[in-house]
Amino acid sequence: MLEKTLAGLAQGLAAGEFSSVELTQSYLDRIKAEDGALNSFITVTEEQALSQAQAADQRRAAGEAGPFTGLPIAHKDIFCTEGVRTSCGSRMLDNFISPYNATVIENFNRAGAVSLGKTNMDEFAMGSSNESSFYGPARNPWNTECVPGGSSGGSAAAIAGGLVPGATGTDTGGSIRQPAALCGITGLKPTYGRVSRYGMIAYASSLDQGGPMARTAEDNAIMLNVMAGFDPKDSTSIDKAVPDYTLTLNDSLKGLKIGLPKEYFSDEIDPQITAQVQAAIKEFEALGATVKEVSLPNSHLAIPAYYIIAPAEASSNLSRFDGVRYGYRCNDPVDLEDMYKRSRGEGFGEEVKRRIMVGTYALSEGFYDAYYKKALQIRRLIQQDFVNVLAEVDIIMGPTTPHPAFKLGEKTSDPVAMYMEDIFTISLNLAGMPGMSIPCGFANGLPVGLQLIGNYFAEERLLNAAHQFQQATDWHRQTPAR
Amino acid sequence: MSLDRTDVEKIAHLARLNIAEQDIQEYAENLSNILDLVDQMQAINTDDIAPMAHPMDAIQRLRIDEVSEGNQRDHLQTVAPAVEAGLFQVPKVIE
Repeated sequence: MLEKTLAGLAQGLAAGEFSSVELTQSYLDRIKAEDGALNSFITVTEEQALSQAQAADQRRAAGEAGPFTGLPIAHKDIFCTEGVRTSCGSRMLDNFISPYNATVIENFNRAGAVSLGKTNMDEFAMGSSNESSFYGPARNPWNTECVPGGSSGGSAAAIAGGLVPGATGTDTGGSIRQPAALCGITGLKPTYGRVSRYGMIAYASSLDQGGPMARTAEDNAIMLNVMAGFDPKDSTSIDKAVPDYTLTLNDSLKGLKIGLPKEYFSDEIDPQITAQVQAAIKEFEALGATVKEVSLPNSHLAIPAYYIIAPAEASSNLSRFDGVRYGYRCNDPVDLEDMYKRSRGEGFGEEVKRRIMVGTYALSEGFYDAYYKKALQIRRLIQQDFVNVLAEVDIIMGPTTPHPAFKLGEKTSDPVAMYMEDIFTISLNLAGMPGMSIPCGFANGLPVGLQLIGNYFAEERLLNAAHQFQQATDWHRQTPAR
Repeated sequence: MSLDRTDVEKIAHLARLNIAEQDIQEYAENLSNILDLVDQMQAINTDDIAPMAHPMDAIQRLRIDEVSEGNQRDHLQTVAPAVEAGLFQVPKVIE
């Protein structure tokens, strides 16, 4: 039962092969037995999970079950969950029991989902390895000496390790796609504005986007059906009808036009990754797609622009953590300024403080034009690159990351080296378009991710292409030794 | 772009962050490296490029100015570090 996908589990529940309570208990047992090695959960909500499962079984008995009723998932600990600690991976919110639900949580509750708990993450979603978590790093199930990627590393590790069939993530510069690639699972960053940001603790508001993570593209579609939609509580939510993402999964790929950006196939990429990605693209050709080389000439500017825009927005967003209304407060402050400075100095970790300082500097008097305005202009150049290429092709493909999972501690002393791991994912957040990572092979026993990029609101297209690839291959069915 | 100790202390003050004395040098180095990275932008001429704040250039959505939330003060203050009589408590500000 625990080896099934969400789609398979939904069938099992509908056919009465097992109840949601049985299913939920099995996952809870497995988490208890095996998460010690992975550290993929920050909080396991056993009691709530079983009561949600019971409610789901009753709902099914009453004939009122929907497609997601009774399915167990987990949520990245960035989504505010009423009555449950929502830490965002930070000491700052270690004591924060959220008084309300994020819209994404509400949507899953309404669908009758069961939440097993909250998954580990880089502190405030700032990181590419999960090592900035206050709760210690989650570990990669393929090799527990390696990072699972980040920031949604706990969600990716839990899915790859078989502790949960699906989980939510968020992606500001690659935080769904990069850990999905490093852990050998499937993850989707939707178009900016497709999934509500309400109650999703803000890092860089103009880039943040929640999305699904699971083993298969079909499971991503099932989850996105629940997550996507207009939300008046999110001022940048897009008011556009949501299709049923499962209906187009089986469309033919005949005539699909794939663009391969030459900038994504340089010599600096691990040659094994390039080889696996090229083999995957051959598979798409066998499925009827055509391929052409394209160019995204401003790609190299994405990381520089991101490391102004994201820290600038973060320095503003994180100013709310001041020790006054919620979160960490230092002991015995002598005055208000001392309370602000020590609460923030003690409550935030190193990487968060670095980014707050970069952002503060970039927005400080006299530097705004040189940094923030410049970065927003570069952002438009990057967006235009994608707009131009996606006028010619349907999907852009390339590697999700330049390297497979790296060792814990390998890049922690050099922030800039860590930032470079997101070289292929960051530009998409700047452009606001959707992207996926799907497993497409292995390099030295570690998973390799293929990235698929589509135009605004092309999630159906991406999921369709990914699903067809997964019908023809079995990379997504590989699981690490238990 | 290279930042020194004084710059780091000034930025930390603006951000209201207490930074330990022995960590200042490391912050100066790391922040300088990050600024070197972002300085690649300066080589590009962007004179005629409109800054992009939103992928779809959407404007802020407005709503009718009416009460949409009930009073949840007590509920929201359950997570506050210090509260008295419905007020958030902070160290004395005015003598």
